[in-house]
Amino acid sequence: MNDVLTDNQWLLTVGTFLPLLGVLVMFFIPGTEEKLHKQLLIITAGATAVVHAITLVLFDYGQSDKLQFFVDEEWISVIRSGYTIGLDGISLPLYALSAFVTFLVAIYTYDNMPDAGNPKAFGILMLILQVGMAGSFVAQDLVLFFVFFEIVLLPMYFMIGVWGGEQRQYASLKFFLYTMFGSALMLVAILALFFNTDAESFGFSHLYAAGALIPENTQIWIFAGFFIGFAVKVPMFPFHTWLPDAHTQAPTQGSVILAAVLLKLGTYGFVRIAIPMLPQGAKAWAPVIAVLAVIGIIYGALGCLAQTDFKRLIAFSSVAHMGFVMLGIATLTPMGINAAMFGMVAHGWITGMLFFIAGSIKHRYHTLEIKRLRGLLIQMPKLGWVFGFAAMASLGLPGLAGFWGEFPALVAAWNPAFGLDETLFRVVLVIAALGTVFAAAYLLWLYQRTAMGEPNPEFVSGDSAHGGHGHAPALSAAANEHDDHEHADIHDVTPIEWVAWAPFLAAIVLFGVYPQLLFRVLDPAVTTLVQHVGAGIP
Amino acid sequence: MSVFAAEAVADPGWFLENAWLIPVIPAVAFFGIIFFGKRLPRGGSELGIVSMLASLVIAAGMTLQWISHVDATHGTPVIKQWTWWQSGGLHFQLGQHIDGLAVMALILVAFISTLVQIYSTEYVRGDRRYTHFFAALTLFSAGMLTMVLAPNMVQLILGWEIMGLCSFMLIGHWWEEQANSRAALKAFFTVRVGDMGLLVGTAMLFGIFGTFDIAGINELTAAGDFESKQILMWAAIALFIACIGKSGQFPLHTWLPDAMAGPTPVSSLLHSSTMVVAGVFLVARIYPVFHVGLEINLAGQEFNLIAVIGGITVLVAAALAFVQDDIKKVLAYSTVSQLGYMMMGLGVGAWTAAVFHIFTHAFFKCCLFLCAGSISHTAAHHSFDMKKDMGGIWRKMPVTFATWMISTAALMGIPFFSGFFSKDEIIDSAKHNDYTIFYFVGIIGAFMTAAYMTRATWLTFFGTPRGGAAHFMGVESHDDHGHAAHDAHGDDAHGHDDHGHDDHGDVKHGRPLPFAPSDSPWQLTAPLIILAALAIGSGYLNAPAVGTHWFHHQTESSIGLHEAAGHGEEAAHDEAADHGEETAAHGEEAAHGPEPAEIYTVPPAPEFKWSAAAPGLGLVALGIGLSAFLSKAVFEDRRAPFAGLTRRNKLLGAGHRFLVNKLYLDALYENVIVKAIAHPISKAAYWVNQNIIDGVVNGAGRTGKDVGTWVYRNIDQKLVDGAVNASGTVASETGHALQPVQSGKVNQYGALLFGAAAVGAIVLIITNV
Repeated sequence: MNDVLTDNQWLLTVGTFLPLLGVLVMFFIPGTEEKLHKQLLIITAGATAVVHAITLVLFDYGQSDKLQFFVDEEWISVIRSGYTIGLDGISLPLYALSAFVTFLVAIYTYDNMPDAGNPKAFGILMLILQVGMAGSFVAQDLVLFFVFFEIVLLPMYFMIGVWGGEQRQYASLKFFLYTMFGSALMLVAILALFFNTDAESFGFSHLYAAGALIPENTQIWIFAGFFIGFAVKVPMFPFHTWLPDAHTQAPTQGSVILAAVLLKLGTYGFVRIAIPMLPQGAKAWAPVIAVLAVIGIIYGALGCLAQTDFKRLIAFSSVAHMGFVMLGIATLTPMGINAAMFGMVAHGWITGMLFFIAGSIKHRYHTLEIKRLRGLLIQMPKLGWVFGFAAMASLGLPGLAGFWGEFPALVAAWNPAFGLDETLFRVVLVIAALGTVFAAAYLLWLYQRTAMGEPNPEFVSGDSAHGGHGHAPALSAAANEHDDHEHADIHDVTPIEWVAWAPFLAAIVLFGVYPQLLFRVLDPAVTTLVQHVGAGIP
Repeated sequence: MSVFAAEAVADPGWFLENAWLIPVIPAVAFFGIIFFGKRLPRGGSELGIVSMLASLVIAAGMTLQWISHVDATHGTPVIKQWTWWQSGGLHFQLGQHIDGLAVMALILVAFISTLVQIYSTEYVRGDRRYTHFFAALTLFSAGMLTMVLAPNMVQLILGWEIMGLCSFMLIGHWWEEQANSRAALKAFFTVRVGDMGLLVGTAMLFGIFGTFDIAGINELTAAGDFESKQILMWAAIALFIACIGKSGQFPLHTWLPDAMAGPTPVSSLLHSSTMVVAGVFLVARIYPVFHVGLEINLAGQEFNLIAVIGGITVLVAAALAFVQDDIKKVLAYSTVSQLGYMMMGLGVGAWTAAVFHIFTHAFFKCCLFLCAGSISHTAAHHSFDMKKDMGGIWRKMPVTFATWMISTAALMGIPFFSGFFSKDEIIDSAKHNDYTIFYFVGIIGAFMTAAYMTRATWLTFFGTPRGGAAHFMGVESHDDHGHAAHDAHGDDAHGHDDHGHDDHGDVKHGRPLPFAPSDSPWQLTAPLIILAALAIGSGYLNAPAVGTHWFHHQTESSIGLHEAAGHGEEAAHDEAADHGEETAAHGEEAAHGPEPAEIYTVPPAPEFKWSAAAPGLGLVALGIGLSAFLSKAVFEDRRAPFAGLTRRNKLLGAGHRFLVNKLYLDALYENVIVKAIAHPISKAAYWVNQNIIDGVVNGAGRTGKDVGTWVYRNIDQKLVDGAVNASGTVASETGHALQPVQSGKVNQYGALLFGAAAVGAIVLIITNV
């Protein structure tokens, strides 16, 4: 279904694999040069981000429905898999997002190395992760996609398992194996798809054309395989239980990347692979997806309300937000899929930001227990404001980016495409709208409990000049005993944090105020995609 | 009534064309204040005031141009839009839709915001978050302005929610106290519950009409160009739920009194022209949807959702206003009650009267709130408790007193004050349009309004000075008196419903006695005088009693429906031909598809007759007299049969308690619904998550490990062909390999998950072959 443009063929390959150059350099520098490694990480991630920025500039927005910078080389001809890469309006935003997020996380790492240390290994893993993420978004060949999709797992596994919290090993293995379980089924689905399309090629364009011709029942079965694979990654209810553990245990950097980019591999997989390749399967599965999505929205919100841990609450909110994304996808309408794509990017910025905040609070207070946190606005006014801003964005306030992922998805659910059951989707719409109320409830309740009020005397020590509000030396002395460090050093947002966060905040406002920036890129590609799906449904 | 024909109109004028600047200026100023406010000599307030003045100037120019535009074009809206977002090839816009209703609201909001900002410079002087206060206030106005000129529903939602955000910031302005942060949360959250209806309703409108454009929606509805009237009805209901939340209508009115936790200028802005008016505005904005969807004015209809909710709100809120000790809460309930009048007016088909009541109410209610602030600021030690800290201050606060009395008269609907003209027309229309029950609701509401305002006036300005006021007046405080008066009220079952205090500045208690020579400074009194003048004058823009229908003429094109010809002098419309089949067309066509020719209409305003207004006015007079007598008897003379009645008479006591506890609705919402969801339900869901869903995962892992171990021992070790069982073996190996690293519980996953995957794969392959 895609025409291709073949200008600047080098661009995507460089943009994808450039981090490996940094990895190579870092590999030969001893790990004791910690500062140098951090700088190399920033430089490499920065250079990659620059290449991605060039991609953004060179991209022809008038033809965003076409694959651009297209390359189609031989790769593993034995299994008819090619090195086929390209970008269209659907993948461009996520591709760029991955590089920018990695770059900003790298900057943040400069000051906020997780406790386990060893920036060399940490940096190398993060760069490999970046390769996997970018590769997944450019791949136009199913085997290539699968390889990148799996590459992502390993660095994240180590990031959680080595630099994570107290239960890091449980969380990391759960993350790894759960995703592998999904991948295994997906691999079966990939093979089934391949053999059912005459085993000619793994290229997307071939599979788009031939996949639609597979008999409906077979499509439904193959879709089931993809569904499990991607639903685990999204994660959709009831495959979400790895997420709170992974997020809570992961270091801040891991959480941010996980939320901002990794989860999108699942939703992107639906949009890019499962739905257009198996239109009839998609139609059969759409009601299931819609119902699971809306369960996820309400259920994730309830999970949030039950949390006593700041970070775990944010993690659960991802389940709810990705529910909106999946709801948009399930409508199979341009409006819904546009909303989903927008929601992915918006969720990347917003939830990424919230995880940064959680990390910074943890860094200062050495706890994320909601009960113990109070009056952040007094102790750290700027951080409190940033937190309030991110919370408002996360609950879908119009004028900020989150709204554009939710509202059009709801609108789309009123009239789903291709004769899907209207009644079902309309009920889902109303329940999902209830989810926006819950989102306000858990986020503002969290904000009210942690940011407002007077600070917890436990964290107000006389000698920490920044806190400066209260006294109670006895209390703070008592607190010191169960703190890891001498005393909590409460200070407001640092310059490095501002550098890492400002682009997030700016993007949330920019895309929120003028969503056309993103919709303009997405819409032609999404419309083409939906037309293709429609053509495949008799 | 071709609303799309904007291009046919020759240059409507610069101000009309560029009305979109009116919200943009304060929105830009908001960012200016946030980023640079603290470095400016006046802490950013100058940016706020200048931006509001600039908006006011444009709004004024726009109003003048609109007046000539109406004469030239019969009120064709001036629409201007830019692409905001696109989806599926459709482009959605951001821009302006200027018509009579929008012009009215724009000038009103810009005007009142300017006055409130001037007032605030003195009122919150020295506040610890002075800059943030002005930033939020400015953004608040920007939000309302964005909403009222919205050409489509999405922009309307944008403005609507920005106001929600700002109300959160402003009500929780002094968030160090938990009560305030709770009030802020409650306000945002309650409104958000309603907003669910807004999202769903808007989605439905898009589903029905394929557009978000207000002009398009109105025109298509008026023309009957929709598939199912039933779905339209549900859309109207969904949208009305949003209006209930936003406009504090029964049963979602409980957030409004708590919202008094914010500084007084905020309350005054919130309650006069922004925020709470938004709900009424939305109904007026897309009136055809409600009018047709809910079949308002259908022959023989006695009730409809809007009128019923509005009517209940009028009475319930007025009743609640009787038991408040906090002057701001009396005014808050009064606002709720007056919003009920507006809704009721819209519910009985009196569009013009309801919209005109928005207009007049804004001035006198804003004035009343600012009076309350002035009293508290100057006389009452920053307290708002009428019983403890007020009384007898009329002598020393002549300006505040006079403006209060004028605004109160307007609120009560005393003839020749503005409120009379708008409120009476709503009541009259209810009768005229055969909504007899709502006619009685209207006049009883007027009686109650007169009575509770008399009570509040008595407690505030007359009688013996108490507490802070005694200090102010330079007389001995009868502390026991004030206390006893409170006791006389029976019980203090107020719960967290504490009396507001605006005492958060640097101003300290214990100034020399008497500490203020007379009335408040000019920043406070000047807005009061201007507003009081308008509390009289604004009524004459549409005073049927003196034969003025100017306001109606300016706004009638915004109704979106034609006026049925018949009575009234305004019926001289060129489309008078349609009116013949209007009543018939209203009826049963829903089943077999509407005809394109069908036109829905609203009834014309009734002709004013003093005889029709007389019963209402009689009740108002009665209310004033009775309440004055009782107030004096209970609060001043403490005469035997009246004082402490609620304590002695069980029935009255129960009624009183019922009112003090806000009909127990708050208890229902907070203690039952919210608590249930926040605690047991969410805990239960989480328990299911941890123990069942995750239990399945963990259990699967555990079983997998066992299976793997069994396979390893019995099959692999016994040298059965390994290839068949590779999956289990690999899993088992993995499990063992990981054991040293793991705490033991984890390697379970591998085995089973791989095993399960393998089984799934086999099934998949078998079924596909």
